[in-house]
Amino acid sequence: MSDIATFPVSLPTATSKPAASAAPVTPGKVAMWLFLATEIMFFTGLIGSYIVLRAGSPPTAYSDKYPPNTPLTAISNPEEVVFHNWPKPYDTATNPLSIDLTAANTFILICSSVTMVLALGAAQRDDRKMTTRYLLATMLIGGTFLGVQVYEYYQLMFGHIYPVGISPTGHFRPNVSLFASCFFTMTGFHGTHVAVGVFMIFCALLQSLRGVYHSKNYASLEYIGLYWHFVDLVWIILFTVVYLI
Amino acid sequence: MSAHAHDHGHDDHIHPAPSNFLTKYVFSIDHKVIGIQFLFSGLIMFWIGGLLALAVRWQLAWPWQPIPLLSGIWAEYGYRLPPEYYNKLFTMHATVMIFFVIIPLLTGAFGNFLIPLMIGARDMAFPKLNMYSYWFMWPSIILMSFSFFVPGGAAEAGWTSYPTLSTFRWSTSGALDGQTLWLMSLLFAGISSLMGSINYITTIIMLRAPGMKMFRLPMTVWAMFITALLQAFALPVLTSALIMQLLDRIIGTNFFSPANWMVANSGNVVGGGQILLFQHLFWFYSHPAVYIMILPAMGMVSDILSTFSRKPLFGYKPMVFSVSAIAGLGFIVWGHHMFQSGMNPALGATFMLSTMMIALPSAIKTFNWLGTMWGGRLQFTTPMLNAIGFVAMFVIGGLSGIFMAATPVDMHIHDTYFIVGHIHYVLFGGSTFAIFAGIYYWFPKMFGRMMNERLGKIHFALTFLFFNGTFFLMHIIGMHGHPRRIADPTVYEFLRGSGVVGMNQFMTINAILLGMAQLIVVYNFIYSLFFGPKAPANPWHANTLEWACPSPPPYYNFLKIPTVYRMAYEYSADDVAPRDYWPQDEPAAESKDEAAVGHSH
Repeated sequence: MSDIATFPVSLPTATSKPAASAAPVTPGKVAMWLFLATEIMFFTGLIGSYIVLRAGSPPTAYSDKYPPNTPLTAISNPEEVVFHNWPKPYDTATNPLSIDLTAANTFILICSSVTMVLALGAAQRDDRKMTTRYLLATMLIGGTFLGVQVYEYYQLMFGHIYPVGISPTGHFRPNVSLFASCFFTMTGFHGTHVAVGVFMIFCALLQSLRGVYHSKNYASLEYIGLYWHFVDLVWIILFTVVYLI
Repeated sequence: MSAHAHDHGHDDHIHPAPSNFLTKYVFSIDHKVIGIQFLFSGLIMFWIGGLLALAVRWQLAWPWQPIPLLSGIWAEYGYRLPPEYYNKLFTMHATVMIFFVIIPLLTGAFGNFLIPLMIGARDMAFPKLNMYSYWFMWPSIILMSFSFFVPGGAAEAGWTSYPTLSTFRWSTSGALDGQTLWLMSLLFAGISSLMGSINYITTIIMLRAPGMKMFRLPMTVWAMFITALLQAFALPVLTSALIMQLLDRIIGTNFFSPANWMVANSGNVVGGGQILLFQHLFWFYSHPAVYIMILPAMGMVSDILSTFSRKPLFGYKPMVFSVSAIAGLGFIVWGHHMFQSGMNPALGATFMLSTMMIALPSAIKTFNWLGTMWGGRLQFTTPMLNAIGFVAMFVIGGLSGIFMAATPVDMHIHDTYFIVGHIHYVLFGGSTFAIFAGIYYWFPKMFGRMMNERLGKIHFALTFLFFNGTFFLMHIIGMHGHPRRIADPTVYEFLRGSGVVGMNQFMTINAILLGMAQLIVVYNFIYSLFFGPKAPANPWHANTLEWACPSPPPYYNFLKIPTVYRMAYEYSADDVAPRDYWPQDEPAAESKDEAAVGHSH
């Protein structure tokens, strides 16, 4: 945010209260919050669509014991038939997602928020060495999250042959079902945001090695932190909505 | 960056003026240059959008007759316009006019130029972001223009781009690559708007001059502020919808394709998505978008009416609140575009009521404009005439809006020329007259020269006349059942009579004359740019801060950041008689001035 032009032009005048007690709200912080508001609306569009699409999906049934086009609702032994309108968590017949792996990954991402807070705190205490270390930790943990997500994508798209309840082609790819479309779009856009965040933290790390951040200059670190926590928060919502419910 | 790190006076931060041509006029970070860049690109796109409209009108008046000058393009079709090309024409006309003309002119050109000047700042909060916001328009414009030349041609699903017409490649020829380019183009335009809106909001919140409280802001700035909020909160939803449609098209996701959808020998689509979902997401943005296209115009007209009535703006705070109310209600009315798409009647009734509630703040604004002019010493300058034209035409456009808000009436007039008439009364009669008013009013400030008043008045009179000649009859043929988006209305028996055909021809002749009348303003603009008389700093004797700096303002705007002592509308105040204006930055003569800075309420 080096191009902040003319802050502050509204300095206190003689008759008004001194501004020293006011919270240091800078244009950069206002803009960051506004940017996050637009991001919230963007993800609201995606998550809202997911909810609408899920609620609007008609119930369906399948079985791998009978040939295609068999009227399954007329079958006498319902135990061999799976009825569903959306993949259920931990149901290997309809849901390819590994909740355990992603739960661990969620914990990893939350840890990176902690190290981000610690990095900012270190900068505010003029502890430049720890700032750098915590930023490095944040970047590595964020990178780990991305790595696990890439592994997950690879397993879903190429690594397994899934039953027909998950995908008619055997692979779980964006075009095979509505759930797959939603899954890849939502987690993909979140992953893109994480990647952008990791890149920003990498840039901050380079700055930190040069000793840029200290108790008088930590604003851009704070903005990156805001973005990073936002990305974490979105993930917690996505994990709940897409994986757990 | 804490407040202490910036603990220095107002007169700091005068950056050195850019020295070379490229940073001064092309990749400029000066809000005034960026505003003028938006102005010129918007006006050029206005011509392109207008010529597309004339081609549409020609086809409606004289179906399948060779279009003068253009018919050579379709030599292989016997010099006739192919029907799918007609679809491309109206799709591109609307897209260009909305995304490359009205929104960039109102928010990009006037917003950029006026916000820092009117609040007493040296520039936007983020000048570089401002520059990116302008240059992100160009990939958008280039992609949209390029789409005419790809196989299948430009998009032809209407500017609304509803699935399945837009998503399946086999649905129309424009749904081949043209639609993909259309989506990518709008994504760029959206990013540009988002960067602009974040910048505007931050600037207005943080960079106001001392004494410029929120309730001393001119209505123009208030309107830009609310508009930017609308953009920031509505546009990302369109972005998500466009991305989903794009993914449906390029990687085969199933968001907007119904289950088991198969047409002719098309490939089987897994589907399972919701066609209507796109319409909901689209209108969740695009209804607020129609307010994005009118609120800045309302703000500018409020300031111009007050200036030339030499009277304070009637009901300043109600004006602010009604702009906010229009914006707030704008988020809960989108369903009124979808009464015919299928909707629970209870939900439809809710959307009908919330839509009709918008008439209330709109009427407050209209009556306040009348109250502003009432008993004033009106000066009928060109900007004033255009501003009055705005109010008159907005009333017609607003009232026809109430017709279509009523579900039972909308069932009859949905997708007819009544709708087309309505939207043009609001966007041409409203926004465009306000843009003309703004150009005539701020031209001296932008370029340091006056425009020719006589030519301006002739331009206004002809535009007003031919505008009504073009668009009023649309209401009548619309009530008669004339559908929109149809290449040849005479395929229907009831539209073949001499009445409808004659009205279509009358409208087309007026549209051509309307287009030709715009040559006057082009001549006036270009001639005045070079040979107009030099403008004084405050040619209209107005109060707002932009008139406190020279015409055109230097790159740093204000040598010393002004202090604001009062509202922007102190016209004909007794305190300064016989002078009839009282600039916002002029210290009061008396010491017991109630409005002096620092008396917090």
